[in-house]
Amino acid sequence: MEYIVIVLSAILVNNIVLAQFLGLCPFFGVSGKISTAAGMGGAVLFVMTVAAVVTYMISHYILIPFDLIYLRTITYILVISSLVQMVEIILKKVSPPLYQALGIFLPLMTTNCAILGVAILVIQNEYTLMSGVVFAVAHSIGFTLALVILAGIREQLELVNVPEGMKGNPIILVAAGLLALAFMGFAGIV
Amino acid sequence: MDQAKNFTKGFIRENPVFILMLGLCPALGTTTSAFNGMGMGLATMFVVLMSNIVVSLIKNFVPNKVRIPCYIVIIASFVTIVDLVMAGFMPALHEQLGLFIPLIVVNCFVLGRAEAFASKNTLLSSVIDGTGMGLGFTLALTLLGASREILGSNAIFGLQFIQADGMLVFILAPGAFIALGYLIALANRLNKQ
Repeated sequence: MEYIVIVLSAILVNNIVLAQFLGLCPFFGVSGKISTAAGMGGAVLFVMTVAAVVTYMISHYILIPFDLIYLRTITYILVISSLVQMVEIILKKVSPPLYQALGIFLPLMTTNCAILGVAILVIQNEYTLMSGVVFAVAHSIGFTLALVILAGIREQLELVNVPEGMKGNPIILVAAGLLALAFMGFAGIV
Repeated sequence: MDQAKNFTKGFIRENPVFILMLGLCPALGTTTSAFNGMGMGLATMFVVLMSNIVVSLIKNFVPNKVRIPCYIVIIASFVTIVDLVMAGFMPALHEQLGLFIPLIVVNCFVLGRAEAFASKNTLLSSVIDGTGMGLGFTLALTLLGASREILGSNAIFGLQFIQADGMLVFILAPGAFIALGYLIALANRLNKQ
């Protein structure tokens, strides 16, 4: 039951992009086409889950026992950037097709605040390891959902006659705002 | 480069939020009021300024291959300082900004200044660039916070000017996207003139 609540809340009610404003750079940067948006979602799912597990271990077996919690930000970001690098190397060796498909999105993962944000939230909410994994997976699904929907909207926007001043970024932001408004309809189901 | 131009470029011409679209997460996440926006802007400005100074000082000693991790560690150290100082002296603001303080580390705007400017320029230029861009970021966040506060709760910097309920949607998440969209349209128009 606890897991169902975590999943529903992460995907629909507290969507990581539309309600918590994390990971906005890739949200606007790679939402031009549905296929790239889905690729980015897959990469985030992978890195976010691994990062949540590793940072959980570091926090509970190193930082808390040795009373080093003030080093949290520095250690997490170092761990995440080396993790991204490691994932990149392993994927290149083990599964070249997947590596090709993710392409540029893998290295960009380091500065995706959704990854660091979720890692910190898992610790702040005092989840167990299992709940933390569910939390990370659900958040990355929520991220992918928002990204794919926005990509769909943007593909349609190409065909629409937008007022001169609103062309480009402004209209995308307003569209994202309306999308966020639609997601607010889910408030209260958990 | 002309130092005056270097200083003012962050205000409108190369404003990190309105024009470059960098650092959007804190720009949308913390601007429920003008005061919160300004607090976040000033915290980021401190980090940008300090990391610009350190990066421009050490730029000749850092091997090119490991420069990005080095910059990230420098930025993370200053973010930790801001985090602890704010928790100690401004607990209310720290509570409001919450997660977004440690997340200054991954603000692409901060790393962008270190990589694109401080690593190639002198100390003085980097200080001026950091201050100017930091002020531009603060300006953008304060402006966005003020517009959301005026529309959402009929107040500015906590002073209520109409005794009535505002449009709540501007305080909530969707209003942030919409308000920023219109502010960017405005900035684009000012830039064209």
